[in-house]
Amino acid sequence: MLDSLREVMRYRSLLRDLVARDLKVRYKRSALGILWTMLNPLLLMVIFTIVFAHILRVTVEHFTVYFLSAFVLWNFFAQATSWSTGCLLGYAPLIKKIYVPKSIFVIATVLAGTVNLIISLVPLVIIMLCVGHPFSLAMAFLPVPILLATLFSLGLSLALAPLCVMFADTVQIYGVILTAWMYLTPIIYPLSALPDHYRRLILLNPMTHLVEAFRTPIYQGALPSSHVMITATVAAIGTLVIGWAIFDRYSDRIAYLV
Amino acid sequence: MPASTLAIELRDVSVRYRVPRERIPTFKEFAIKWLRGSVVYHELDALAQVSVRIPRGASLGIIGRNGAGKTTLMKVIARVLRPTGGDVTVNGHVAPLLELGAGFDTELSGRENVFLNGAILGRSRREMQRRFERIVAFSELGDFIDAPVRTYSTGMVARLGFAIATDVEPDILLVDEVLSVGDIEFQRKCTERIESIMRRGTTLVLVSHSPESILQLCEHVVWLNEGRVVADGPARQVVDAFVSRSAPVAAAAS
Repeated sequence: MLDSLREVMRYRSLLRDLVARDLKVRYKRSALGILWTMLNPLLLMVIFTIVFAHILRVTVEHFTVYFLSAFVLWNFFAQATSWSTGCLLGYAPLIKKIYVPKSIFVIATVLAGTVNLIISLVPLVIIMLCVGHPFSLAMAFLPVPILLATLFSLGLSLALAPLCVMFADTVQIYGVILTAWMYLTPIIYPLSALPDHYRRLILLNPMTHLVEAFRTPIYQGALPSSHVMITATVAAIGTLVIGWAIFDRYSDRIAYLV
Repeated sequence: MPASTLAIELRDVSVRYRVPRERIPTFKEFAIKWLRGSVVYHELDALAQVSVRIPRGASLGIIGRNGAGKTTLMKVIARVLRPTGGDVTVNGHVAPLLELGAGFDTELSGRENVFLNGAILGRSRREMQRRFERIVAFSELGDFIDAPVRTYSTGMVARLGFAIATDVEPDILLVDEVLSVGDIEFQRKCTERIESIMRRGTTLVLVSHSPESILQLCEHVVWLNEGRVVADGPARQVVDAFVSRSAPVAAAAS
């Protein structure tokens, strides 16, 4: 793993180019492009607020902020991992002709997602201002959960990417898993609303802790508990190490298969 | 010969493609077929126990008919394919020209592609900035350097790709049949450029169907057929043997 990490570092100017290119393509080089990524969470927020705050009458104070502070992080995770499933095929012409460390394509895709996440903090802040939710100094802690979520997403993406090259329907299967996974993560409901035996199950989900670590500084204006931070860190680093090992194991086969 | 003076050493290299008899594109189909035990592969040896040693600064030509394994051999040297058997040692920085325009993003301008391509070859932006003027001069693109690459002609893509790969001063240059696309003037210029970087010590591996360009640039030639080495020796001798073997076939075909 250290060898391949060092190799990626040698290609860091390619990494930067790939991230820039990924963002350019997504934003189609237009101001409206960036606006779209901001509109997307805003629109979803309106829908979810109407459904949960007004129709289902979920009684959480400032539900919009509660929901959105978890949803932008989830959205990053879902997008980064599902973009990564297709990224090796997208770069197939290059992979077949010139050697580059192949993990670089996955890393670039996830990092582009991270940049996207940081941009999507803007609509979040706007909404906090609109509903009059207080800002706290604890928000300065946000880079830590963002980093952990990036490492976790990267680990999962590295494990998924070779699988998607071998079997095209991994992309669809993963889409279904993601939908289920979202409802198994306390995003639209608070963990405390669950009966004990379900709560234990939901606590096994690493995204529960990552979402909590990200939401607490925004919504509660406090630092996440050390228990949450330890679990999130172990999950992120563990997933990254396993994902990297899986990718290293299969990366030689990729050029034969794309 | 001690290993340190070798640029490239292949020992008993085999590349075996495991081709399913029918393509199994999805996990669903694979699961069904695997349960039935009906996943059948047939194996195809693109290279079978090929051993080649190329001293530093030497020039090797690879000849053979279509499907002989020439491109696969180049891909193994370029580390694009990890062989399924044998060992590969490559000492130095490789610039592969396996296909012109490989690694170009056609939506980006020529200028942006110079930096992208440099990055793909593991070169920093600053280094490419230093080389930029020379690359544009060699490619003769002029103002077209700021137009998107999709608007370029094949010859323009070829010139830019060749200019980048040879300007980065690789230790090893791999050229796979890319010289044939340009006009005669461009081919002459490329040949001169290759000769000049070889004088500085770059090792060359050239795949070509043209005996003339092989004889002009290579001291040594390997003749491949169906993934095996048929002959390995001085350029003139191997090329003559290959041409005389191919000639009756060509005559019979016409």
